[in-house]
Amino acid sequence: MSGQIEKFSYDNRISRMFLYATLLWGAVGLLVGVLIAFQLYIPALNFDLPYTTFGRLRPLHTNAVIFAFVGNAIFAGVYYSLQRLLKARMFNDMLSKLHFWGWQLIIVCAALTLFLGISTGKEYAELEWPIDIMVALVWVIFGVNMIGTMVKRREKHLYVAIWFYLATFVTVAILHIVNSFEIPVNLFKSYSWYAGVQDAMVQWWYGHNAVAFFLTTPFLGLMYYFVPKAANRPVYSYRLSIVHFWALIFIYIWAGPHHLLYSAVPDWAQTLGVVFSLMLIAPSWGGMINGLLTMRGAWDRVRNDAILKFFVVALTAYGMATFEGPMHSLKTVNAFTHFTDWIPAHVHIGTLGWNGMMIFAIFYWMAPRLTKNGKLFSMKLANTHFWIATLGMILWSVAMYWAGTAQGLMWKQWDANGLLQHSFIDTVIAIVPMYLVRAIGGTLYLLGFFIFIYNILKTLGSAQAVHEEEAEAPALVLNNENHSKLSGYLRHRILEKKPLALTFWAAVAILVGTLIEMVPTFLVKSNVPTIASVQPYTPLELEGRDIYIREGCNSCHSQLIRPFRTETERYGEYSKAGEFVYDHPFLWGSKRTGPDLAREGGLRDDAWHFRHMKRPNSIYDDAYDNPPSIMPAYPWLITDDLDVSNTPDKIRAMQTLGVPYAEGYDANAVGDLQEQAAGIANNIEQLLSGTGEDVVADEIKNKEIIALIAYLQRLGTDISKDTNN
Amino acid sequence: MGKEVMQNIDGISIYPIISLVLFFVVFSVIMYFTVTLKKDKADHLSSLPLENDDRYEN
Repeated sequence: MSGQIEKFSYDNRISRMFLYATLLWGAVGLLVGVLIAFQLYIPALNFDLPYTTFGRLRPLHTNAVIFAFVGNAIFAGVYYSLQRLLKARMFNDMLSKLHFWGWQLIIVCAALTLFLGISTGKEYAELEWPIDIMVALVWVIFGVNMIGTMVKRREKHLYVAIWFYLATFVTVAILHIVNSFEIPVNLFKSYSWYAGVQDAMVQWWYGHNAVAFFLTTPFLGLMYYFVPKAANRPVYSYRLSIVHFWALIFIYIWAGPHHLLYSAVPDWAQTLGVVFSLMLIAPSWGGMINGLLTMRGAWDRVRNDAILKFFVVALTAYGMATFEGPMHSLKTVNAFTHFTDWIPAHVHIGTLGWNGMMIFAIFYWMAPRLTKNGKLFSMKLANTHFWIATLGMILWSVAMYWAGTAQGLMWKQWDANGLLQHSFIDTVIAIVPMYLVRAIGGTLYLLGFFIFIYNILKTLGSAQAVHEEEAEAPALVLNNENHSKLSGYLRHRILEKKPLALTFWAAVAILVGTLIEMVPTFLVKSNVPTIASVQPYTPLELEGRDIYIREGCNSCHSQLIRPFRTETERYGEYSKAGEFVYDHPFLWGSKRTGPDLAREGGLRDDAWHFRHMKRPNSIYDDAYDNPPSIMPAYPWLITDDLDVSNTPDKIRAMQTLGVPYAEGYDANAVGDLQEQAAGIANNIEQLLSGTGEDVVADEIKNKEIIALIAYLQRLGTDISKDTNN
Repeated sequence: MGKEVMQNIDGISIYPIISLVLFFVVFSVIMYFTVTLKKDKADHLSSLPLENDDRYEN
């Protein structure tokens, strides 16, 4: 029984808008990526400016690629496929527009604030609280629009792609809100609600599942729609897709702690992360196989059809990345791959290989369908793009895996006397040539992207646009429906039931893992054996820590010594959970482009740090022919005055978070800060006197560098004061 | 260190058991729904993306 045929139209304009935004932000994100890749080879490209140093550009690059490039592409594809799968126009055009412009506004705010060093310091969640609120609002608009469309659908069944879209919506909402709990100091500064180990657990629960539910589930949904479209065949196995969906979302959420192996996070949570990460290979590969086998019988077309080529490489890259992930989660593999270039290599196989290639395939297929003409401007150019992008990927991936493995093994190498064979800087020098290959590979990928932009713009520009695509479908008739008796209200309720039930069960599936991981972690709070000598940061150190966050030092320096002899020998005593109880946010980092700083305090004198920040290679002048350090210089820290106007507010915010500063301490904070700063400045004056780099204490005591040195000199020193306990 | 911390929490050993049981139950339910899915419904569902017939050929 089917209802009356209804005429309606699909909103193509919204897909086209998101498509344009994808092209724009994709170019920006990749361009910044290529720049920072070259910075690793030519440090002069940091330009000695705050806005263009690696530490600030790296979060800009990751946010631009993930949320601007990939994000806009997701929305373009979802708005296109959702309407057609439900045989209905989007719920509300105004919501679609608000979603689009809201998202672009967020991206612009994100770009500006990250340039300015306004950052929470939490990876992939660097945006400050006002932008976090905007993200939450726009995300809800997206969700309401999507679920609203499901309610007014003309197709009874919800295709599996829509399940993936729903899971994306609900999980990203939860992840974003929970991870963004923070105490604002002012409009541009906040501190994470969580500290140390708890903050790390929440952050990597978020970080890992941002990969899962922003970079994976929406693309699996898109895969289940666009691969059958391009191959002109139904999905290989619908049953497999059901198992794929539930298994993937249920298992993924548990895997976060594999980012924290050998860290100060409890062993129990680490092992849980490992076990679920290993299991994750099953649904991931199930999905990949389902996608690849959908192209069965169409393989002959792969030779000429760039769209299918992109799909094949995308799915293969997905398979590689999801094999590699579980392997990294094995502690033995993790021990020598973590903190090396292997990690960004893995991430780039995911974003450029899986997400990027999917986006190219989908857009090459979709763009012609947004026009009257319906033809891609040039399949030949698309094929050229494919080969250039693939060649670029091979170059940077081989270079990064090589660099990661080589450096990881060098860090662990002993000499015949039982001493560490390589100094840290020697392991950097060894892989710098790989950084060049990596940057060239990235440049090729970017070049391919420009070809992509040209081809898509030509496709859209050379034919009349179809903004409203006419369609017709029978109205949905519910089982046993008696038109006269079934009230509009009741009908509405029945139609709402399925999407809401699906949303509910998807939320349950991801909350189960979340709660079981988080509850014990938060119980730990009252059980962590507090280390009596671990004290809150002084006001000057706190300001220094905020500079550390502002400059993105944690992009390249970890603050976590793992319990290996090779690490304790190099850096000192391994890190303990109790050391981080006042760290809002935690700053363990995930990559060691430079050495670990967890026990930096007291290792070198204040003047060393002063000279090093001014010109990192100054400390190597005699020992090497070529300047070996690839760290950017930070001359502005030496010339810029430290802003202490927010110091009392910061102390009060910390008190709210439970950091035990004495009652009313905020009033004395600035005085203490100035006293400590004067001491450090005097020390530097004395140490540098007569070296030709003389400074006057009074001239540097108010500068930002002093705060940063105070913080660095404090790092990891508290437990060694613990001699009486 | 982590191990001692976790042992101090009352009833911590229940968590791995809960995880295992949940894992088993969830998969049993998924498998049940998957295996009992009728063929014509599965066919209908998998044909959904192809229903809006394409106006164009690449």
